[in-house]
Amino acid sequence: MSNFPAELKYTKEHEWLKADGKTAIVGITFFAQDQLGDVVYVELPATGKEFKAGEEFGVVESVKSVSSVYCPVSGKVVEANAELGNNPALVNQSPYEQAWMIKLEMSDPAEAEKLLSAAEYQKLTESH
Amino acid sequence: MLKRTPLYDQHAKLGAKLAPFAGWEMPISYKGIIDEHNTVRNSVGIFDIGHMGLIKVEGNDALALIQKTTTNDAARLEMNSCQYAIICNEQGGAIDDVLVYRLPMMYLIVANASNADKVLSWLKAQAKKLKSVTVGRYENYSMLSVQGPQAVAMTEQVLSVKLTELKRNHTLWWRDIILSRTGYTGEDGIELIAAKSDTPAIWQKFLAAGAQPCGLGARDTLRLEAGLPLYGHEYDEQTSPLEVGYAWAVKFDKGDFIGRAALLRQKEQGPKKKLFGLRLNERSIARAGDAVLTADGKEIGKVSSGTFSPSLKQPVALAFLATDQAAAGQKVKVNIRQRSAAAEVVAKTFYKR
Repeated sequence: MSNFPAELKYTKEHEWLKADGKTAIVGITFFAQDQLGDVVYVELPATGKEFKAGEEFGVVESVKSVSSVYCPVSGKVVEANAELGNNPALVNQSPYEQAWMIKLEMSDPAEAEKLLSAAEYQKLTESH
Repeated sequence: MLKRTPLYDQHAKLGAKLAPFAGWEMPISYKGIIDEHNTVRNSVGIFDIGHMGLIKVEGNDALALIQKTTTNDAARLEMNSCQYAIICNEQGGAIDDVLVYRLPMMYLIVANASNADKVLSWLKAQAKKLKSVTVGRYENYSMLSVQGPQAVAMTEQVLSVKLTELKRNHTLWWRDIILSRTGYTGEDGIELIAAKSDTPAIWQKFLAAGAQPCGLGARDTLRLEAGLPLYGHEYDEQTSPLEVGYAWAVKFDKGDFIGRAALLRQKEQGPKKKLFGLRLNERSIARAGDAVLTADGKEIGKVSSGTFSPSLKQPVALAFLATDQAAAGQKVKVNIRQRSAAAEVVAKTFYKR
């Protein structure tokens, strides 16, 4: 599995976004979960909640630290991944697949186009 | 510039996650904190604790200096044994919490990495009031810790030494290595004090025998489950050993020592706050600084350390709570990021082997 799937868009806060028309799913990157270590708790918003781009939508806690997760684009939450409540370790095991966090109805899909490409994001992680 | 232990290259080779800790570049984890934690609970893990401050106290007045500056009674120490003690200021607050070893020719103090310089200068200043005592770094030596139910058996095998007779808090010499039946994990184990130049070979021998390298991340979750205090979280210069629950390490009958009067006063009046454990009923983790409230919303204290307990599979925390308002069994709330999480007050030892 690539650490930087080419079909995803990225933020400098280490979220990824996969757009499909007006909807998008959002999670945190392989790099982010590796930095955090064992994830033991994920706090996600209720369905129907609206966020502006850059707003905190959730929290990911590892054994040693807690970090906020930010919404890459503006939109309304149509689904949150309930599986992460039972099995937060999925964030470590499958950050790009099973550990998607929220599904959004984007208010402006053009916002997604402005996010970082895989190559741009990879460059950013290498400067860490 | 961060300091590095003699094992730095070993950590880099193993791909450890390294981070600054008390001025040292230390391994936080190798395979993952939970995996390392469980390995120590179930078999054996090895920790580089080369950041610990080793301070030797020598001379005819060495015992007098130790007695004056620590709360425990070092006169009761048998040769080749150690005891836990707190170095207090005049107000009874903790300058550091340490292990004091009585060894042939010297006393050795193992101080926290973050406090080593402070302890050294404090002891040197107190030594000036005595005639015949010198205080200095135990240079050229470094520490390793082998912990877990199979730690003693593995050490016997790796070093070809007999350890089953070695009692808790006692040491024996193997060549020029000090083997001490001590630890900071709540498990049985051996801590090794060895020449810096020897530690890489010792480390590799244990790894070859099957010990899992463990980082400071697991060291923290292990000590927290065992209810063991960490300086900077449970201890500071305003917090006394009585408040942390270490009255047994304060020997008022041994004669005068720095902090005795203040501690005696506190003992007679009863400490205003005490360290308790908290078990949280949800997955959200309480962290240092979070407020603890009664069911009806009155603040009664603050969390000093919190983590996810891999053994209990739930968040746990240590918290200082007002002595007159808190009791084991009490239902409380912890404010975690503007939300309130339900918790129960319990004794501070979450895990006993």
